[in-house]
Amino acid sequence: MNSIIGVILLFIGLLFNLFGCIGLIRFPDVYNRLQAGTKCVTLGTSSMLLGMLFFFGFSEAGIKAVITIPLLFLSASVAAHALIRGSYIFGVKIGDQPIKDDYKEQVETDEKNEVK
Amino acid sequence: MKYITFFLILFLFWLLLTFELSVANIITGAVASLITILFFGKYFVNDVKKFFHPHRYFWLIVYTFVFLWECLKANFDVAYRVIHPAMPIKPGIVKVKLNLKTGIGRTILAASITMTPGTITVDIIEDFIYIHWIYVHSTDPEVYSKKISGRFENYLKRIFE
Repeated sequence: MNSIIGVILLFIGLLFNLFGCIGLIRFPDVYNRLQAGTKCVTLGTSSMLLGMLFFFGFSEAGIKAVITIPLLFLSASVAAHALIRGSYIFGVKIGDQPIKDDYKEQVETDEKNEVK
Repeated sequence: MKYITFFLILFLFWLLLTFELSVANIITGAVASLITILFFGKYFVNDVKKFFHPHRYFWLIVYTFVFLWECLKANFDVAYRVIHPAMPIKPGIVKVKLNLKTGIGRTILAASITMTPGTITVDIIEDFIYIHWIYVHSTDPEVYSKKISGRFENYLKRIFE
């Protein structure tokens, strides 16, 4: 029974990882690619690690797999945050016509202050 | 007090990660934790008394399930946009006011936002958090504040403040 749940979780993980990779190719710019790259891939990998817990039970490998999940969540979100902020300051545009861009004025005022 | 709590957390984490109770392993873990708190201890949360309130742990468990549910929805949402032939995206950056005061609460909120429906935290400046949104549903500040951070903030307030 446990190994069936494990296989199902592994399968879900693979599926989400696949969607994440397709998104990386299909989306037009850095920002949207990061959306696919962080969310789908993190959930996919977490689901696989949870599947490991069902395979091995509460043994060495199972517990190690589970405590990797919070590490993965924190590091993935921090990496996404750093990449997206870096690419904005570098000057990548948000799509062809951004609906709303509140960050622009903030960055511009920062630049002015630096020049002064 | 602050340093001891941090040390215990790190040490427990080391033991779980290595999963071995030999003397050599315990000494290595203790030394590694000591070196870590020497360098990073000052960045740890200031009010350690909060670690000993049981109701905070209760809300943490509730929050975990709320977060997992939101995360699952987010993944289906993004997966749908990925495989849809026309790719229905409408990206933009919105500005949301923060109601949390503590640093750790804000950090966890930013990380949670990054992991849920098409939103990534770009920056926190003073009391505002800037969020990249893959599909801007509305340009009304009240509506999107509620949609993005409202569902997490109440729980995080109970946990961290």
